[in-house]
Amino acid sequence: MLRPVDRVGFEVRAGEILGLVGESGAGKSMCGSAIIGLIDRPGRISGGEIALDGERIDNLPEDRLRRIRGKRIAMVFQDPLTSLNPLMTVGQQLIQTIRTHLPVSSGEARDRAIALLEEVGIPAAATRIDAYPHQFSGGMRQRVVISLALAAEPELIIADEPTTALDVSVQAQIMALLKKLCRERGTAVILITHDMGVIAESTDRVAVLYAGRIAEIGPTRNVLSTPSHPYTKGLMASTPSTTGTMHALSQIPGSMPNLRAIPKGCAFNPRCEKAFSVCFKDIPILEPVDGSEVACWLYDPAVNPETKEISGVSE
Amino acid sequence: MTGETPLISARQLGAVFDVSKPWLNRMLALEAKQYLTAVDMVDIDIPKGKTFALVGESGSGKSTIGRMIVGLQKPTSGQVLIDGEDFFAISSEKKKMAMRRRIQMIFQSPYASLNPRWRVRHIIGEPIRAFDLLPASEVDGRVAELLDQVGLAKSDGEKFPHEFSGGQRQRIAIARALASNPEFIVCDEPTSALDVSVQSQVLNLMKSLQRELGLTYLFISHDLSVIRYMADEIGVLYLGRLVEVADRDTLFDKPRHPYTRMLMDAAPHIDAFGRTAEIVKGEIPDPINKPSGCSFHPRCTLTEEICRRDRPEVREFGTEKARVACHLCAD
Ligand SMILES: Nc1ncnc2c1ncn2[C@@H]1O[C@H](COP(=O)(O)OP(=O)(O)OP(=O)(O)O)[C@@H](O)[C@H]1O
Ligand SMILES: Nc1ncnc2c1ncn2[C@@H]1O[C@H](COP(=O)(O)OP(=O)(O)OP(=O)(O)O)[C@@H](O)[C@H]1O
Ligand code: SF4
Ligand SMILES: [Mg+2]
Ligand SMILES: [Mg+2]
Repeated sequence: MLRPVDRVGFEVRAGEILGLVGESGAGKSMCGSAIIGLIDRPGRISGGEIALDGERIDNLPEDRLRRIRGKRIAMVFQDPLTSLNPLMTVGQQLIQTIRTHLPVSSGEARDRAIALLEEVGIPAAATRIDAYPHQFSGGMRQRVVISLALAAEPELIIADEPTTALDVSVQAQIMALLKKLCRERGTAVILITHDMGVIAESTDRVAVLYAGRIAEIGPTRNVLSTPSHPYTKGLMASTPSTTGTMHALSQIPGSMPNLRAIPKGCAFNPRCEKAFSVCFKDIPILEPVDGSEVACWLYDPAVNPETKEISGVSE
Repeated sequence: MTGETPLISARQLGAVFDVSKPWLNRMLALEAKQYLTAVDMVDIDIPKGKTFALVGESGSGKSTIGRMIVGLQKPTSGQVLIDGEDFFAISSEKKKMAMRRRIQMIFQSPYASLNPRWRVRHIIGEPIRAFDLLPASEVDGRVAELLDQVGLAKSDGEKFPHEFSGGQRQRIAIARALASNPEFIVCDEPTSALDVSVQSQVLNLMKSLQRELGLTYLFISHDLSVIRYMADEIGVLYLGRLVEVADRDTLFDKPRHPYTRMLMDAAPHIDAFGRTAEIVKGEIPDPINKPSGCSFHPRCTLTEEICRRDRPEVREFGTEKARVACHLCAD
């Protein structure tokens, strides 16, 4: 059995943006899919629980889950075309979504749809509402997808690389929009991306994923400017920047392990220059370190920092 | 630029594609032929041993320029000079071949450019055989050397491309590009498909190979942070035109063209916590019906009448000799 995502835990509060960052294959999309209950068979959630507003949702029957999905949790993907029906006008799709979730007449739904398109910055919304998805540019399509995600007034939006396919100037527009909506409506957002710059500018807290586990989680500024986990440190030091003094990029040797061959103990141990005895035996768990939480044996209170020996506890 | 003759120069390079609908459709709809100017009068000089970087958003013409410079696509207008010689004007097949050897290209997707059925040893050795550079008995030795140069083991030569990670595949592509002892390599988004920790391995490798072998690069990327790390000189493209050319520090310290400034502001900064970039109006317009005058005028914050009317010529600014195509750029 493969465990693309293993024992990942986090919370998102209303009006907050939580970032999930990590390299390709780290399990970012899987986390998103697990929350919204979209994991394709034969995949399944093999343990743990997911709660929305205190209520457990991972064990709900399919029909109740479907109602939550779309109504209370909405999803925005990298490619806007996967979320849009090419054969229906944008307005038809918005009106359908609104009427599925809210008790309004079709006239009211249309007014709401126009207001939503205006809110996400579609110019001349009252006429553009009758256009088909292919008649919009890439950035405008992603705005339409965001308006669809907002249509049922969800409490949580999961955005999986929402700007990765867009040009930087349009990315800046879309991120500004997501931030504004999240603050104004008090919607919680889980933002999945591999871009540290996007994380820095847009998220309140961030979880760094490595090989399906959280390596480090905490307030964004904390995690990015004073990273504790050797992987987060390596990631920051190998990220080029457009500002600040130029220095040689450091590199992390090797690459992320294949799921079928995740190393025993800490999954990062083959690439970590700090690795020592325990790292090769046991999986580290998240421990508080300087305002964040870090899963690394270096910070385990039971490990003596000088001798690298575990005191007290036996295995 | 200094007085030395550049290794590579592009002179008034242009590429126009015929994007008309099929003849019958055009006749029925009474439509004229349609042309897309992908590259518009571009001048580039790259001195030996230096890296010239092209940055621009999607569709700005970066790859088209790269293809014309390596000789994969014939320019519609203008010319590319390699050591003063125009590739497309060479008539002798032998001289053409000799020129080809000196220029190589590395692409964004290393997987697509590596033959999946060949062993890595075979892939890397192919240019050596094709250009007949070494006797057959010496090819394997040279391949081992190349593998070592890009940080792979000799035994990796026996494997197939699918057995490698993305970063390792890009190393294989680099080893193959080096096999013909080129002087000049066009790198088209070589790390865009890679994770940052692996990207830094590949960028550092490319830099050290440049130092060791005296290579000249045309480095194409849409990522300003990568461009800043790699480039000596930078050209900013917008809708097929070079709107600004300057050395790296000048461009980053004092971006002059409004589009360059917009790009720099919009790029996410890893140290700008909670920042919201200035919102830029609109998106890149339809390249078939470009705006009049300066193509950037519908999105520019400075636009005046002249910007809508006249195409801005390239002018030089400052002691750094930054070249900027903007009517309103004053210093
Ligand atoms: N349906 C599936 N069956 C088996 N393994 C899968 C499946 N979908 C994804 N995986 C594996 O799960 C792991 C996590 O994948 P996931 O898509 O969550 O990564 P990610 O962090 O989103 O990466 P990316 O940045 O490339 O989108 C990967 O190793 C992937 O190969
Ligand atoms: N063979 C072709 N036929 C018609 N149009 C083309 C052709 N090749 C490129 N174009 C057009 O020329 C313009 C420049 O394309 P090019 O691929 O050079 O851009 P780019 O800057 O490399 O973009 P990207 O960042 O997406 O790779 C685009 O508008 C593209 O659609
Ligand atoms: S647990 Fe060990 S191997 Fe893992 S990151 Fe920490 S020091 Fe490195
Ligand atoms: Mg993903
Ligand atoms: Mg390209």
